[in-house]
Amino acid sequence: MFVRLSAAIAALSLLGSTALAQGAKPTDPQIAHIAYTAGVIDINAAKQAIAKASNKDVKAFAQDMVRDHETVNKQALDLVKKLKVTPEDNDTSKTLSKQATEKLAELDKLKGAEYDKAYLANEVAYHKAVNSALETQLIPSASNAELKNLLQTGLKIFQGHQQHAEQVAAKLK
Amino acid sequence: MRPGRHLPLVAALLLGAAAVTAHAATIQITIDNLVFAPAEVSAKVGDTIEWINKDVFAHTATARNGDFDVATPPKKTVTSVLTKAGSVEYYCRYHPNMKAVLTIAP
Repeated sequence: MFVRLSAAIAALSLLGSTALAQGAKPTDPQIAHIAYTAGVIDINAAKQAIAKASNKDVKAFAQDMVRDHETVNKQALDLVKKLKVTPEDNDTSKTLSKQATEKLAELDKLKGAEYDKAYLANEVAYHKAVNSALETQLIPSASNAELKNLLQTGLKIFQGHQQHAEQVAAKLK
Repeated sequence: MRPGRHLPLVAALLLGAAAVTAHAATIQITIDNLVFAPAEVSAKVGDTIEWINKDVFAHTATARNGDFDVATPPKKTVTSVLTKAGSVEYYCRYHPNMKAVLTIAP
């Protein structure tokens, strides 16, 4: 578990380390792609949870995730359209997607309360990692003011999700 | 289901409503970019809160002590009437980092 959690965090900080090494920041089209991908990953995890979770609070939490992340991603799509920016695939997005697919397969093997706990633990860790990437890398690197603004709103929403996930997880114990 | 039976109840509701509206105020609390504003509001029992959600996100105004739980859908205004006195901390159930205080005088 810890190995995989730290792998997810490593993927998000990958951007930071490579950017530092090369002295280059991610571009706005890359940032948009990473943020959108991060949202899709959480929506997919939530859809699995809606189908698999046994606890009703866990299911409700997953429904909240789908609703909020779809809303944020719609805002992101509207914005890139308006700015005429084409999101650009990149190594961070690719690593995130690959690890998310592995995580879904791993969670898929679990059942009942064991699944519920594992899903929430991953939600807490994942939102933490995304929030840290937003705070330390994506927001400071964004050059367009509207993109920066949307990322800042995203950060507040996802910090809320992290706390919400922690609260639901605490009730399961 | 005889209609006459409901008359006293209807009368009581009307009188009650009249008594409340005589002193009651309407207070606006706005939710914008995941912030309740103003963060601290003083009101009285019987006052109406107009919750104006300017966000594209669904929120709630949920009292920590269980006194109220108002759903505030995206881009909508909903109202609720304060029925109990107290200094109530409330938050959004979906985004618990959103917090504010309503002080309700009797």
